[in-house]
Amino acid sequence: MTIPNIVGAGLIVIGAGLGIGRIGGSAMDAIARQPEASGKIQTAMLIAAALIEGIGFAALFAA
Amino acid sequence: MDKLIEQFSLGLFFWQTVLFVGLVILLKKFAWKPILDAVNEREEGIKNALDEAENARKEMQNLTADNERILKEARAERDTLLKEAREMKESIISEAKGEAQLQANKVIEQAKATIEAEKQAAITDLKNQVAELSIEIAEKVVKRELSDKDKQEKLVEEMLKEVTIS
Amino acid sequence: MHRINLVKILTLLLLTVTISVNAQHNSQNEKKAENSHSKKDLKSEIKEYINHHLLDSHDFNLFSWTTDEGEHKYFGAPLPVILWDGGLKVFLSSKFHHGEAVAEVNGNYYKLYHNKIYKTDAKGTISLDEHQHPLNEKPLDFSITKNITFIFLVGLLMFLMFSRMAKSYKKNNLIPKGIGRLLEPIVLYIRDDIAIPNIGEKKYKKYMSYLLTVFFFVWIINLLGLTPLGVNVTNNIAVTLSLALVTYFLTTFTANKNYWKHVFWMPGVPWPMKIILAPIELLGTFIKPFSLMIRLYANITAGHIVLMSIIGLMFIFKNWIGSPLSFGLAFALSLLELLVAALQAYIFTMLSALYFGMAVEEHHDDH
Repeated sequence: MTIPNIVGAGLIVIGAGLGIGRIGGSAMDAIARQPEASGKIQTAMLIAAALIEGIGFAALFAA
Repeated sequence: MDKLIEQFSLGLFFWQTVLFVGLVILLKKFAWKPILDAVNEREEGIKNALDEAENARKEMQNLTADNERILKEARAERDTLLKEAREMKESIISEAKGEAQLQANKVIEQAKATIEAEKQAAITDLKNQVAELSIEIAEKVVKRELSDKDKQEKLVEEMLKEVTIS
Repeated sequence: MHRINLVKILTLLLLTVTISVNAQHNSQNEKKAENSHSKKDLKSEIKEYINHHLLDSHDFNLFSWTTDEGEHKYFGAPLPVILWDGGLKVFLSSKFHHGEAVAEVNGNYYKLYHNKIYKTDAKGTISLDEHQHPLNEKPLDFSITKNITFIFLVGLLMFLMFSRMAKSYKKNNLIPKGIGRLLEPIVLYIRDDIAIPNIGEKKYKKYMSYLLTVFFFVWIINLLGLTPLGVNVTNNIAVTLSLALVTYFLTTFTANKNYWKHVFWMPGVPWPMKIILAPIELLGTFIKPFSLMIRLYANITAGHIVLMSIIGLMFIFKNWIGSPLSFGLAFALSLLELLVAALQAYIFTMLSALYFGMAVEEHHDDH
């Protein structure tokens, strides 16, 4: 692993982490606002997080 | 990425695909279909039972409503019957009263008539008796008066006198 | 309630301890190996061990150690090797002697090098290029490896569990008995919360078999990966590729006209956009299963690497502060991995259902 690779991997992790964090936070807000819709929100949250995670992993393997 | 491609094992891929597809087909036949069918059947059963219970409840409600209606009707009928009976009673009583009055009047009338008749009879009888008595008395008196000749002549004279006058 | 929680915690603790003990066992032999084979850096030793753990293997070893005479001892069983190299060749992996010997079959010579079989000469020379990649010819390898054994065992286990569950419905008047009581809520969850909302009430039935199988398969095999048996099926890209390809083919072959219309000629956008969107959408149909493959592979691999590295730290610290600390960390991480095992199975199933739902979606006018 060369240094640019490591830096790139770090950037990817930061980006993906921020993205998933935002999704999680927004989902929490949404659940707090509408607790009765928590099931649907959780599902949507997991899907969105999984998609970001997938992109993140793909980029990590490319790096 | 290179590492991934290097790590890729065709044998593992082949066996995984074969085993997994075989597993899906086997499980579909021996597990998923019977399980899902059974679950569906059970859910249908529960749904039907609930529907039936709901129907029974409705029927029950209808029955109670019917009962109440019948009860109400019966009560109303009883009321009308009672009312009629009361009316009938009153009318019978009043009729009876009128009849009785009439009868009583008649009886009184008859009694009065009888009394009158009796009275008349009594009066006639009395008159007859008085007349007989008077005749007897008069006979007796006349007999005595006319026992001597003088007195007879005298009376004839008197009577003649009277006739002449009139 | 408290007691139940306590039991749960103790069970998890036991599980973690067994993993750690297993790792310790292996690391002890590393330590000894370090003593016997002149000096080798402990760090790289652990790294190699982890890499080795992540790889598939041709024999089924629970643990191994090195005797004082420097001889490697293995506890386990050999597995059949099936090669296609100008004809079918079948022999037991014990012929390789764990990579130490050359196997001779019908005049051809094979040798294990980093758990891959290469064709060699009688002496077993492996020539390497400048990137340390062997240049020897590789025969087509259809061997029953450790992972394949486990895939088969998990399949057998699932078949026994679910066919028994299916039978218990018949016997017991539509009420599950035994294992079915545990599994039924999960089956119903997959049907009611994954399949029906994503695929739709009308069409979910034909995908149920696949969704249920893939969920339980991935889940059970992930969980087995956390046990001290040392199996690691879902961190092989071949396995996840196979699973993702099944999803991809199911999506492609069951897709209706509406789906392809959305891919090649997106309705409701101006025509220049349609031309731009078509290749993107087409690429998207490949990216979807690709991300499924990478996600499962990467999550499990990352979990195993981190968990084993933390356990490996114990042997680097070798003191009273570092070892309990890394033990605690490994324990916490094991709990997380238990969650990840279920979560990855859930997400794989969920996204598969979502893709199927896209493929069979009926035409709407609201685009």
